[in-house]
Amino acid sequence: MTLVLDGLRVRYGAVEAVRGLSLEVERGEIVGLIGPNGAGKSSTLHAIMGAAPVAGGDVRLAGASLLGRSPEDVARAGVALVPEGRRILGELTVEENLRLGLAARRGRVNGSALDPAFELFPMLRDFRRRPAGAISGGQQQQLAIARAIVAEPDVLLLDEPSLGLAPRVVDTLFGTLAAIRDRGLAVLLVEQRAQRTVALADRSHVLANGELRLTLGPQDASDIDRLIAAYLA
Amino acid sequence: MTLAVLNVTWQTLADALSLGGIYALMAVGIGLVFGVLRLVNFAYGQLVMAGAYAIAYASVWGWPSWAGILLCFGIVLALTALMDRIVFRPLRTHSPAVMLVATFAVAFLMQSIAVLAFGQLGTIASSMGPLNQPWDIGGVQIRKIAIVSIVVAAVCLALLQLLLRRTSVGLHMRAAAMDFRTARLLGVRANRVIGGAVLISGLLAAVSAVMLTARNPQVTPIFALDDTIVVLAGVVLGGLTRPVPATLGGFTIGFASGILGGALPTNQSQYLPTFLFAAVILVLLVRPNGLFARADGAAERL
Repeated sequence: MTLVLDGLRVRYGAVEAVRGLSLEVERGEIVGLIGPNGAGKSSTLHAIMGAAPVAGGDVRLAGASLLGRSPEDVARAGVALVPEGRRILGELTVEENLRLGLAARRGRVNGSALDPAFELFPMLRDFRRRPAGAISGGQQQQLAIARAIVAEPDVLLLDEPSLGLAPRVVDTLFGTLAAIRDRGLAVLLVEQRAQRTVALADRSHVLANGELRLTLGPQDASDIDRLIAAYLA
Repeated sequence: MTLAVLNVTWQTLADALSLGGIYALMAVGIGLVFGVLRLVNFAYGQLVMAGAYAIAYASVWGWPSWAGILLCFGIVLALTALMDRIVFRPLRTHSPAVMLVATFAVAFLMQSIAVLAFGQLGTIASSMGPLNQPWDIGGVQIRKIAIVSIVVAAVCLALLQLLLRRTSVGLHMRAAAMDFRTARLLGVRANRVIGGAVLISGLLAAVSAVMLTARNPQVTPIFALDDTIVVLAGVVLGGLTRPVPATLGGFTIGFASGILGGALPTNQSQYLPTFLFAAVILVLLVRPNGLFARADGAAERL
């Protein structure tokens, strides 16, 4: 098991955002995490990164617990997050944003460290001297993913990457995620676009009120009724 | 010979440039720490004061001036590291108000210690005297320290810019100043970035101490106190979170006070702070975003 959540509980004061969530993500697979706003999806990702208060349970990467580690240590252990809202540093250039991704790289960084990013998104090479704030939203999302990829992570977490993107851009984005999976990464994808996520992911967990309600496979993608029923449950 | 239009002598101009350069160094020292910690270090002037005492006492003990400068760097860096360990790190996750009050406390503590240990009257750093001798440049008499501090400030700022622009540590510092939370999620090590910024700010305090002591060898417990308040105003004017605006703000206010100080008749020099701070208030009324432009505080940091 590459990434394992075992009975994870996240609590902000009196509010319990995640209540005993267990799931596993293996190398070479995409696991979707879908659900309405406030279901605890982002809290789960933040808890994995060591950026949310964990009240119980465990998060393990290749057998070792990640609990109690700082976000930078989790990143350096091989977990990369593409945060909600992309969190591109708009005043830095595209290339500087990518070089920032190298901060989590284990081992030496050589001159070709950014090449994987440019292979995945050739547009970034052309725009590398531009301020990252000056490229389009879809391009910034690609930059955010590229910035995570250059760290050579084992696990990629994405927090609503399709948010605010046009449908055609989302097509490209989901195609890229499939390509990233095929490179052997373990991908945990948090999304609001339920149907598309279910179609793409090897399996998708439906989260509501911090609890896992339902697990769906790609064959369920057309079965929207079941999804909606699960949301309302 | 004068710059007739402005009624400013070349000596005044050189002096104002040199004061601007020193204030720019102090401003970027304060700004770097603010960038990564969201903390205005009010004790920065006391670091400079401690460095000035190191030079003064080395001079009293008959040490050569280079040894005094070395001692100054040693003392200032040691105190900077101590401040970081005892105050900044433990309080890093607290609110900006807590950290602000803590640095006030450190500032007054250091000043009181200086009064107790060295007395109110002060000590003369005579080893820096030669730097106060004038150079004759094309018939114009200019104090050596004016030229030296302009050159030193320019070199320091250029090196700092290289570090921030060309190294990964510099990139991490800039990123942390813009969005600390995201930087950490990307693997930027908080302690290293903060330690680096604090260390550089200490180095700049030591350089400023040497320059200010050469300009004014009378070292008292309130040495550099006025300068720091003016620099803080400059940093706020320029913009706290980014090194370049902070530097420009520091330079501008140093240069302005140098020119005004030279232009005002001696018996009216007490009007200088009035003009200066009235100007600061005016600027802030027009451009309030110079101060704490980003509305995030400790809560958003990790």
